[in-house]
Amino acid sequence: MGRKEDNIKKAQAIMHKPKYIRNIGIAAHIDHGKTTLSDNLIAGAGMMSEELAGKQLVLDYDEQEQARGITINAANASMVHEYGGEEYLINLIDTPGHVDFGGDVTRAMRAVDGAIIVTCAVEGVMPQTETVIRQALKERVRPVLFINKVDRLINELQLTPEQMQDRFVKIIAEVNKRITRMVPPELKKEWMVKVDDGSVAFGSAYHNWAINVPFMKRSGITFKDIYNYLNDGKQKELAKKAPIHKILLDMTIQHLPNPIDAQKIRIPQIWHGDLESKFGQSMMNCDERGHVALMVTKILLDPHAGEVAVGRLFSGKIARGQELYVIGMPGKARVQQVSLSVGADMIAVDEIIAGNIVSLTGVKNAIAGVTISDDPEVEPFEKITHYSEPVVTVAIEAKHMKDLPKLVEVLRSVAKADPSIQVEINQETGEHLMSGMGELHLEITLYRIVNEHGIEVNSSPPIVVYRESVEKQTPREFEGKSPNKHNKFYVVVEPLEEAVVEAIKSGEIDPDAKIKDVKAMMRTLQDLGLSKDEAKGIVMFKGPNVFLDMTKGIQYLHETMELCKQAFAEAMRLGPLANEKVMGVKVKLMDAKLHEDSIHRGPAQVIPAMRNGIYGAMCLANRVLMEPMQKVFIDVPQDFMGSVTREIQQRRGIIVDMSQEGELTRIEAKAPVSEMFGFASAIRSATAGRALWATENSGFERVPRELLDKIVAQIRERKGLKPEPYNAGYYEG
Amino acid sequence: MHGKSGLVFIGLGINDEMDITVKGLDAARECGCLFSEFYTAALMGSTPERLEEMIGRPVISLTREDVESGDLILEKAKNERVGLLTAGDPMAATTHADLRLRAENEGIPTEVINGISILVAAPSALGLQHYKFGRTTTIPFVEQGYFPTSPYEALIKNFEAGLHTLVLLDIHSDEGRYLTADEAMKTLLLMEKKAGGNFFEEHPLICGLGRIGSDAAVIRCGDIHSLKEKDFGPPLHCIVIPGPLHYMEKEALKILGNTPEKLLDDY
Ligand SMILES: Nc1nc2c(ncn2[C@@H]2O[C@H](COP(=O)(O)OP(=O)(O)O)[C@@H](O)[C@H]2O)c(=O)[nH]1
Repeated sequence: MGRKEDNIKKAQAIMHKPKYIRNIGIAAHIDHGKTTLSDNLIAGAGMMSEELAGKQLVLDYDEQEQARGITINAANASMVHEYGGEEYLINLIDTPGHVDFGGDVTRAMRAVDGAIIVTCAVEGVMPQTETVIRQALKERVRPVLFINKVDRLINELQLTPEQMQDRFVKIIAEVNKRITRMVPPELKKEWMVKVDDGSVAFGSAYHNWAINVPFMKRSGITFKDIYNYLNDGKQKELAKKAPIHKILLDMTIQHLPNPIDAQKIRIPQIWHGDLESKFGQSMMNCDERGHVALMVTKILLDPHAGEVAVGRLFSGKIARGQELYVIGMPGKARVQQVSLSVGADMIAVDEIIAGNIVSLTGVKNAIAGVTISDDPEVEPFEKITHYSEPVVTVAIEAKHMKDLPKLVEVLRSVAKADPSIQVEINQETGEHLMSGMGELHLEITLYRIVNEHGIEVNSSPPIVVYRESVEKQTPREFEGKSPNKHNKFYVVVEPLEEAVVEAIKSGEIDPDAKIKDVKAMMRTLQDLGLSKDEAKGIVMFKGPNVFLDMTKGIQYLHETMELCKQAFAEAMRLGPLANEKVMGVKVKLMDAKLHEDSIHRGPAQVIPAMRNGIYGAMCLANRVLMEPMQKVFIDVPQDFMGSVTREIQQRRGIIVDMSQEGELTRIEAKAPVSEMFGFASAIRSATAGRALWATENSGFERVPRELLDKIVAQIRERKGLKPEPYNAGYYEG
Repeated sequence: MHGKSGLVFIGLGINDEMDITVKGLDAARECGCLFSEFYTAALMGSTPERLEEMIGRPVISLTREDVESGDLILEKAKNERVGLLTAGDPMAATTHADLRLRAENEGIPTEVINGISILVAAPSALGLQHYKFGRTTTIPFVEQGYFPTSPYEALIKNFEAGLHTLVLLDIHSDEGRYLTADEAMKTLLLMEKKAGGNFFEEHPLICGLGRIGSDAAVIRCGDIHSLKEKDFGPPLHCIVIPGPLHYMEKEALKILGNTPEKLLDDY
């Protein structure tokens, strides 16, 4: 029996002992080494041959992903590791490295109890590092830190040992600053990462070695030794003495919690039912004898098995043939197969108990984010919040009449499997809209529809999704009148504090949730920079926008507030400039005059009055159109540098950074998504195929003044509106 | 109003084309252009054709938007005599009051010819004293996101001040929907529940009126909990909630409204 088969056997035994299970994720800023590290851990633990590590990419098993070399789907790998004379099962959940697929990152966090945060020693804490730390802590996932690419500090930057240590101290402090900001006071001390106790490790994923203090003490290897190994070009030798998988898996077992300990802390955060109830206690204790509580974190589309629901089992056990309910959906489903997943292999087992990561087939209604139980009445898990912003849309239709119904079905299941895909089905015209995180994302999804589901489709060229916003505060209160002239709403809008927008995007604030604890929300908003008066007026969010009621003691206003909210939501969904969504706007209701008789302030009066108030105020606050931007990272031989910069500049792009790495020039640029269509083939021909490149969505930026009118007119005409938007006078009524 | 141009508001009364006053009919016939508006109130016992026949002139029916914007009416009234025919009394609807002020502001002379209004007809039908009515309130159709309780609060305030309350009912004439008295009573009870009150427990007496001013008028007085299950027939309906009663009023409710005696004991 090979080592891998042997381990699979062991894994099946350990999965019945939750104390010996660790469910973990690895999270990092792009290019900091997450993939390299994952592969080396898996290879080191004997789940694939060591020579292949770094090449085979076990986690990237999707054919499409391999072809493009990016990680799209969060897959899982199970490893068996010995520590202190006991064998442990470590389930590593891969989190996608490409922000185009951000929704999957947050869902993967729900499944795990601990995370290895990877940062590059050269770059330190980057924006995405911060985001992943925040995502982990929000789910009460405990972090440890791995500082990667230490080899570069010495080989490239030629730092002295002292400079190196300074740099580590700085990175650790940066990471801890972010940890303490997000965890409750009682956990702060314990959860901070520390050099001394070994919750921080240093090393090189690429060269396969790592160290931490406990290991140094045990082995007698010192920082100075490391320095010498690197200086002498003897990293291979170091990798034998300090193999990365051993140090990091030891660290995982020692510092990251087992499911039983973890759930005591996590359940109160991710489940809002009664903790004292039997079901609550069963989850708090990870009890296999309780009712089933499974949170689905991902749906895989398996060519043979069909839809596979992957998730974390928090309570109870699931056996083949069992009948389960998807909470919130009608009917029940029979589990056809229960499995452990090890990379591309799914290992069928008879039953799995609480604390494990489980794959199920046969549960048809499941979508990512749902709760599955054997009791249809249980309180579901808190929704996993992820603010995904599709930036590109294509229209799709079936090439052949006979495929019409099948296409609808496939589109629905695609959206189920990947929640960052949004589809709008139009049965009448047969022309469906599919929106996603980028041209590539849609291309891959289209590829799957055609190749895996065998449906030939016609698709439109991609269309960019825009946002609307405002530039400044409205200079005066804008009066929105009801059609019957008896109700008036006085509105001011202004740009929303960046920190609030960020909190919504990162999921710290869920804009769709009902505000249950108003006091807590007021405090949060004040912390994020709103004044006390403003925070007190919080009514609701809609996307990254807020609605504040700044009025005091206006009679009957409470009766029309629901209608004002509807008007606000509508205005934020269809902006005044081009009917695109609004972002980053703070809408303040300053005053209102209402008719005494309720009949004269119903929906037909209040909604248009409030909406016109908001639209008019936005006109006075200088409306702006925002377009999605992309960061572009390109590695190219120096000879082609000129062609690459030209290609970027032709696309309204700017070069952000340029650095030299041996023969290669690394270019970091930024360009509007709308200009990046067709970049793949353009860059290939411009560089004779020698460029390696990747993109990353980087939010929305203002469309340049000189292009504004033209683009607005284009969008409006496409939507069948008159080319010029209305002005403030129109909304004055 | 003299001269050729201007805007005349003409009340049509509460039931059919025969309720218009003689003065109103003459004024209508003198107008160069006639509009009608039936969304703030409706003339259930008649049809536009019968109205045109009665006046002997074509009448243009306006939508709610036309009246609310008012531009069309005012533009015409600058050059000719325009009549706006409305059910009830023209100034009972605030929209018309607003239109009148706008006209005056633009130098357009206006005139009002009163019509019989439910504000007067309902107390008359029940034999309740007109001067003892407090603020009139209206119950809207329950709609997504709109369930005001102010009508309930208004009737309690009236009661506490020793006054009766006339409750009008929402009409969406463009969709042919008219709130019925029984539905409105159910809504009132829901409002009570939402507001956390107990008025109707202590004072269950309520009067439902249908088609007042017509031959088929119906008046029912009784316990809200049983009346809310009754069919009041075709629209329009309204409701009266009596306040503290004078002995003459008690007598009237007994004779004209057939009110069960024991319900009147507490008033
Ligand atoms: N010098 C050096 N390069 C590394 C190290 N770890 C990863 N890399 C390189 O950094 C790049 C990005 O690594 P990858 O694992 O794909 O990063 P990911 O985007 O976080 O998954 C690749 O070219 C790796 O070979 C390291 O420890 N030292």
